[in-house]
Amino acid sequence: MKLYNGGKIITGLVIFLGLFLTPLAYNAGKAAYSQPKLKLPVNEKECVESKEYMRKNHMQLLDQWRDWALRDGKRVYVNSKGKEFEISLQKTCMKCHTNKAEFCDKCHNDASVSPYCWDCHIQPEGLKK
Amino acid sequence: MSHTRRNFLKFMGLAAAGLCAGSAGSALAAAEAGPVRAADALKAKRWAMVIDTTKVGTKETIDVLAKACHHAHNVPDIPTKQNVKWIWAASYDEAFDQPNDHGNDAMEKREFALLCNHCTHPPCVRVCPTQATFQRPDGIVAMDYHRCIGCRYCMAACPFGARSFNFMEPRLYLDLNNLNKEFPTRMRGVVEKCNFCVDRLAHGKQPACVEASNGALAFGDLSDPNSEVRKLLREHYTIRRKPSLGTEPGVYYII
Ligand code: HEC
Ligand code: HEC
Ligand code: HEC
Repeated sequence: MKLYNGGKIITGLVIFLGLFLTPLAYNAGKAAYSQPKLKLPVNEKECVESKEYMRKNHMQLLDQWRDWALRDGKRVYVNSKGKEFEISLQKTCMKCHTNKAEFCDKCHNDASVSPYCWDCHIQPEGLKK
Repeated sequence: MSHTRRNFLKFMGLAAAGLCAGSAGSALAAAEAGPVRAADALKAKRWAMVIDTTKVGTKETIDVLAKACHHAHNVPDIPTKQNVKWIWAASYDEAFDQPNDHGNDAMEKREFALLCNHCTHPPCVRVCPTQATFQRPDGIVAMDYHRCIGCRYCMAACPFGARSFNFMEPRLYLDLNNLNKEFPTRMRGVVEKCNFCVDRLAHGKQPACVEASNGALAFGDLSDPNSEVRKLLREHYTIRRKPSLGTEPGVYYII
């Protein structure tokens, strides 16, 4: 069997593979992704649920919270350990996590999510003109 | 043991009982996380308001109520026709659809505090395509701003002009150093209105305007014959706005 234009095809393939693999080569020496350093509340030890649960599910929890508070009129959350929290983004989450920029934003910037909540909800840092 | 039909049924019955007990036990053991109502929340079958217009009948006195309300809910003050308002003052002719030529002087000059009527049959709720505005079991016509798409059908449907649209970014017209940080603002493109202070009732507080009114406004359960609002309605002549439309407003005016 004979490969017509073999030289050209092989060179082409090599160039293609080279280009295709540049992103890997480019990132080769760099450190792997690591969680951003978050500013955690100083005087509190525990979140409304476990750290793992919050990390994974805080968006769903917030979504449920607003339906419970506004549509069902139930504004107290009993967590899985039986502890009670007021259902409120500004009065509960942000009373402990008083630094949105060093907490929520840190993760969200990394993950390229920008929740639109702060178009209306007032962040603990306050609003500036 | 012989395989009789009787033994078979006994065995099946026992097994079923065991299954029931098992699942009941595990349901009791797992403390389910979820929402409950606050113990001090104010409850009613049908919330209603009675406004004594002989006591709050001027622009100045109504402005006191508006100030309290608008501060509590971060309502902006925009100096154009596109202003946002939850409670405001209006003349008799604007408020009621029974114009009366040559009425008495007191009535001609009086101003009336207008707000969302929290109707029993709210037309705004019927037209809302996303159920962003809905009626709670206690009669309050509430807004879920998270679902509002700004179509303004509700504004067209409301016969009382109780709803405002955020034509522009409301934060540009709020005093950012004097916000109520316990309550959100709104954003450009959503409709808003009085919420009968659901946020305060949930924590055992009377509405902000009632608190600021020095007793001229009363708030209570219309379905309870012993409530303050029912007492006032028994003792005074009251009217409601545009009764002919059949929306059954929940705000009554002592004339
Ligand atoms: C009582 C104070 C308190 C409240 C209220 C609170 N948090 Fe937390 N939160 C904490 C603490 C403390 C931690 C760190 C827990 C740990 O390290 O085990 C934490 C951790 C978290 C984490 C995980 C961070 C990480 O390191 O991965 C998220 C996400 C989070 N909280 C979101 C929320 C949200 C959303 C709310 C409101 C629903 C909320 N928190 C309410 C105190 C609080
Ligand atoms: C441990 C990192 C981390 C922290 C801390 C964190 N978030 Fe998140 N959050 C995420 C990630 C990742 C997503 C995106 C999840 C996805 O796309 O499925 C997200 C999504 C969300 C969403 C849904 C956004 C959308 O557009 O669907 C909301 C709302 C949210 N976060 C609120 C908060 C708030 C409020 C805080 C601070 C109290 C916070 N988060 C802190 C990692 C974090
Ligand atoms: C258009 C404006 C707007 C946006 C955008 C918005 N909210 Fe809200 N939110 C409100 C208003 C107004 C309330 C009513 C507060 C009340 O009745 O106490 C509220 C109430 C809530 C509540 C329950 C009560 C409380 O005090 O917090 C939660 C939880 C909530 N919002 C979460 C969110 C989250 C999470 C996002 C982003 C994904 C978001 N909201 C985006 C306006 C907004």
